[in-house]
Amino acid sequence: MSSTEQQLESRRSGAWASSFLWATGRFILIGAVTFLGLLAVTFFIGRVIPIDPALAIVGDRAPAHVVERVREEYGLNLPIYQQFLIYIKDALQGNFGNSVLTTNPVMTDIRRVFPATMELATFGTLLGALFGVPLGVLAAVKRGSIIDQIVRIIGLVGYSVPIFWLGLLALLVFYAKLGWTSGPGRIDVVYEYTFTPITGFYLLDAILQGNWEAFRNIFSFIILPASLLGYFSLAYISRMTRSFMLNELEQEYIVAARAKGLSETRIIWGHALRNAAVPLVTVIALSYAGLLEGSVLTETVFSWPGLGLYITNSLQNADMNAVLGGTIIIGTVFVAINLLSDVLYRALDPRTRPR
Amino acid sequence: MTEAISKERPVSRREWLMSDRPQSRMQARLGRAYLVWSRFASNRLAVVGLCIIIALLLVAIFAGVLAPHSPVAGDLRNARLLPPSSEYLLGTDDQGRDILSRLIYGSRLTLYVVILVAIIAAPIGLLVGTISGYAGGWVDSVLMRITDIFLAFPKLILALAFVAALGPGIENAVIAIAITSWPPYARIARAETLTVRNSDYIAAVRLMGASPTRIVLRHIMPLCLSSLIVRVTLDMAGIILTAAGLGFLGLGAQPPLPEWGAMIASGRRFIMDQWWVAAAPGFAILIVSLGFNLLGDGLRDALDPRGNNQ
Repeated sequence: MSSTEQQLESRRSGAWASSFLWATGRFILIGAVTFLGLLAVTFFIGRVIPIDPALAIVGDRAPAHVVERVREEYGLNLPIYQQFLIYIKDALQGNFGNSVLTTNPVMTDIRRVFPATMELATFGTLLGALFGVPLGVLAAVKRGSIIDQIVRIIGLVGYSVPIFWLGLLALLVFYAKLGWTSGPGRIDVVYEYTFTPITGFYLLDAILQGNWEAFRNIFSFIILPASLLGYFSLAYISRMTRSFMLNELEQEYIVAARAKGLSETRIIWGHALRNAAVPLVTVIALSYAGLLEGSVLTETVFSWPGLGLYITNSLQNADMNAVLGGTIIIGTVFVAINLLSDVLYRALDPRTRPR
Repeated sequence: MTEAISKERPVSRREWLMSDRPQSRMQARLGRAYLVWSRFASNRLAVVGLCIIIALLLVAIFAGVLAPHSPVAGDLRNARLLPPSSEYLLGTDDQGRDILSRLIYGSRLTLYVVILVAIIAAPIGLLVGTISGYAGGWVDSVLMRITDIFLAFPKLILALAFVAALGPGIENAVIAIAITSWPPYARIARAETLTVRNSDYIAAVRLMGASPTRIVLRHIMPLCLSSLIVRVTLDMAGIILTAAGLGFLGLGAQPPLPEWGAMIASGRRFIMDQWWVAAAPGFAILIVSLGFNLLGDGLRDALDPRGNNQ
């Protein structure tokens, strides 16, 4: 994808490009340009698409002098490029305006809800990698066998199923019918007063406080949405693992290792997987970014109080400041993870290291 | 020479198709199509995918004949939230409407979204990619930077924000999805353009005095099509899922349109007791996007035998 192509490009551009400093500068530049593009798009959505943004703020029944005052207050009477400059300045300071719904600054709200999303996505990615990598390895080693077919079908269904629907069915089966897990939400009301969040990552907080009862309760809430997200990253990770492993298993060093008489287990897990691990890190990072985005629908189904639910609630109430603020934050994290996975790739693959 | 041989022994249809010395352009094309088809048909899952998509097309075309009830008007007095029965094969929803009929008519909306997005996004990507690849230089740099920027965005969130600004509705959902899905096509088209750009036949066309517009439109774009079609087919599943997601959040098709995502949203309230209301449309989405994924995989392997056929 883009990362590999960028890499080839930079490799082609000669020896002086390979200095680490230059590479770092390049990443920062690409990151900055992409971030600026993100701001331009959200600016376009928020200020250019609505016919009159001032009317969008006060409503179309407001008297003319109110509309005029709002227009001046928000700088909407300025030329569009000046408005954009102010917009960039505000965004860099983390100022996305106030939420109409909660009346707080959008950034304050986001800071409150973001850890919940991170916790869910992290747990989901962990599950996905934990099961996806071994499944992919197994499918590659037993290529064409029943196991390979099953892994393939698991992956295909994962690519094709609507996540919110699977979430609803999971709630129906595991919560309503079987009673194995808790329903929508993040923690029981009972713990509202005995449990105080420190980091905002509830599982971690419970461990830090040694509050095992709360831990069990939180776990029973998070396990369902996290497994769901985990399934999606599993579909992606197992498929990529399989193709990386197939690629490695064809290499000559594998033949050499076999000729040397190494055990098959050692060859697969010690040699082939170790070499496939470098691109795998990139894949796992990308799937993490994907889960942050996928959380919008999952959080809505599970009433998980994270950024996704915040965005959809704001959408329902036409709270554009909150929607665009949330979009910028998720977009920024997304872009950052993309770039970071590129940097990681360089750091981990000795062939890309400067000589 | 060849005539002499053919007089001795009539060639079978297969031999005629597989001939490495085709007599006419049509024979060459048919032969090529036959090769692709036999590769495609040997992949059983791909054929299943093709069957699903053909079935979807037929259902959408003959929705009026197939649907046993009206998709929008229900029997509010006698038929609310009924379980599946012989009268209502998949049960009824909270408005007393037959779910099966709504699913059947919903296939039209699904196709509508998928086809419109493909019609809008693929040509944009094709145009950006071929221009970028053929022009090179600063045009290439600028266009590819823009593509990269769009590629780095989270698609669903951006589509959400677009629909939020444009207002909910199926047309706006289509626009939002199309805006976020053209960049991969631009990249593919550019890569294909770069491989043919310096070939002899392009040089020959240029010597004959063809303008850059003509070269790009008539001689480069057709060559990008096959890989583009594969990619669009593979993306169809994602487009369906995004559209359904928007519908689920109430931003896509508006009631009483029988859009599958919106149907799941309205069935959500009854998931604990009348689960079939939400289960059936989700299953339809799953089957159709699975069909597109299988078809896309099969097409990729059939059209590009060099690629990693997984």
